[in-house]
Amino acid sequence: MATVTTTPGRQGAAAERAAELNVLVRKQRSLWQDAWYRLVRNKAAVVGMIIVVLFMALAATVPFMTQLGWLKDPLKQDTPNSLMEPIWTGSKYTLSTYPLGSDQLGRDILSRLIWSTQISMLVGFIPVSIIFVVGVTVGLLAGYHGGWVDQLLMRFTDIIYAFPDLLFLFILMATLRNTPLGDIQGGLLLIFTAIAIVNWVGMARLVRGQVLALKEREFIEAARAIGSPARRIMLRHLFPNVLAPVIVSVAFGIPSAMLAEATLSFFGIGIKPPTPSWGVMINEGFVVFSTTAWPVLLPAVCISIVMLAFTFLGDGLRDALDPRMKN
Amino acid sequence: MPLLEVNDLKTQFFTRDGVVRAVDGVSFHLEQGETLGLVGESGCGKSVTALSLMRLIPQPPGKIVNGQIVFDGQDILKMDDDDVRGIRGNNIAMIFQDPMTSLNPVLTISRQISEALELHLKMDKGEARKRTIELLELVGIPSAKKRVDDYPHQFSGGMRQRVMIAMALSCNPKLILADEPTTALDVTIQAQILDLLKNLAREFRTAFILITHDLGVVAGMTQRIHVMYAGRIVEKADTAELFANPKMPYTWGLLRSIPRLDEQRKAKLLPIEGLPPDLIQPPVGCKFEPRCQYRRDICKEKEPELQNIPKAKSDHEARCWGTQSVPGGGWLIDTDFRREVGDTRVIEEIKQQTASETATEAPGE
Repeated sequence: MATVTTTPGRQGAAAERAAELNVLVRKQRSLWQDAWYRLVRNKAAVVGMIIVVLFMALAATVPFMTQLGWLKDPLKQDTPNSLMEPIWTGSKYTLSTYPLGSDQLGRDILSRLIWSTQISMLVGFIPVSIIFVVGVTVGLLAGYHGGWVDQLLMRFTDIIYAFPDLLFLFILMATLRNTPLGDIQGGLLLIFTAIAIVNWVGMARLVRGQVLALKEREFIEAARAIGSPARRIMLRHLFPNVLAPVIVSVAFGIPSAMLAEATLSFFGIGIKPPTPSWGVMINEGFVVFSTTAWPVLLPAVCISIVMLAFTFLGDGLRDALDPRMKN
Repeated sequence: MPLLEVNDLKTQFFTRDGVVRAVDGVSFHLEQGETLGLVGESGCGKSVTALSLMRLIPQPPGKIVNGQIVFDGQDILKMDDDDVRGIRGNNIAMIFQDPMTSLNPVLTISRQISEALELHLKMDKGEARKRTIELLELVGIPSAKKRVDDYPHQFSGGMRQRVMIAMALSCNPKLILADEPTTALDVTIQAQILDLLKNLAREFRTAFILITHDLGVVAGMTQRIHVMYAGRIVEKADTAELFANPKMPYTWGLLRSIPRLDEQRKAKLLPIEGLPPDLIQPPVGCKFEPRCQYRRDICKEKEPELQNIPKAKSDHEARCWGTQSVPGGGWLIDTDFRREVGDTRVIEEIKQQTASETATEAPGE
């Protein structure tokens, strides 16, 4: 019988060569591709991501749905048919035109919920974008240069940390709500600003801390040794290195901004009614809570689902981007 | 005109415990295309000298308090920051000690090498990438075209050091500072990297300053060697002359502590007893006196200057009373350091001193 025999030495060499070829042939993955791969293997994160995307799509299509007449006017009152219950309850207080019922002024809860999605998404993303830009810029400057930027950041931190976050938000909103600033976009602009002012410090401190540790590393010294100017070192060398924790912080910042808006609106110092928002709806529903719980329950369920989705996504991102942060 | 001339360079660090005189009056020069070795123990000011040349001393706490660094006719210490940045990476490049930490982990190899090209030679992305691939081939990275988009973690230590060398070479600098370029690598890789550096230096006529604690590394690489101790140059000579006819007891100590192939197997390596002096309060006399086996009373009183040595080549200088023909000095001019290890009484003294110092220090650690 003819068998192919190879000496162990040749086998070793062949294996080595195969390994080498494998390295060359294998498709190279970047760090971000690796992170994405880890993220999509995390089931909870994928579910969270899908829910987030669905809500975002819903928010984005609101103007079209209104135009096409699919969405009822969320402000239109219909007092004879107030306080209808959702159709699946089977009680006698249901109407097929109000699938999720109506509130005490007879406004359609479903269209109000969908409208609120828009507000929530705006409140989630816009302040966090401001926080991202301002926080990362200040953090990079404070960490890399120190000096007056650092001093300013630290003093501002002292002020912010002197109050509980929510109290600070309340003070800002209560004092500025009745000024012209508080009227723009039904109070939305003021909410964006207030949330950004309270939260940018956290982002700046996160970036500053990372930069303080990173700038002593040899590769930053190497970047200086090839003549990179400070701005380039910050943007090209330091920024990509702090991006992972920043993304995680953004992912958790979005739901907390949404929750802040809901809280403010619930206490009546957030979005100005009649513009619907989940917080406003809970606030208004509370009056009739003893009669029917649905006007409170439905927006509360929406808030919970979105919060949970973002939390799952944030956890997934944290595990994917920085396996070391996993406790 | 020499490419680089350093005069009386003094770099100090202002710490809570006092002023650390890390580099204390160093002067040397370097011709176009010449290779120079800076040798000495850890903490004797080699790296700080190199960083001072590029004005990369962290400030505060560090500061260059005195001296001139004339590179290509211009004093680097008098330039403004923008001009210095124009020199870094472009005319003077640096290779760092640990390739594992001196590459940015989140940037691809291509982006890191391209950076200097885009910055100094104003190349666009495509040109820079092409040149990057050429450079990687030059430093011996197989299938450079495929690996140029890899991340540093996909390279081994020796490969990363090759990348660092490619980075240093990218703008055709006139001078490369290599700070312990092979210390973090294992011995076989060390030899390859040294070979590569040697060939590149010859091919491009780039001047090199090779900083190391290992005399074996500089032996085959450099034309001249300066031995540093406690922030000063203590001996200057041609490489051949230094190995054939070393004069300063500190250099002897360094030579004795490397194993030799041509010696009997049972011959013991003789370490230099003790530790380098505290650079906040250095000894008044010769800085090496507390550890010197050949010391005499004069060494404790006054510090010698760097001076020519009788019966040696003309450019061979040492900072040692024992080699200078002054009253009370010159007792080491004819000494053969392999036969006479010094005064046995003094050796005992130093050993006891070291032992008591380590004994008092130990509990605190």
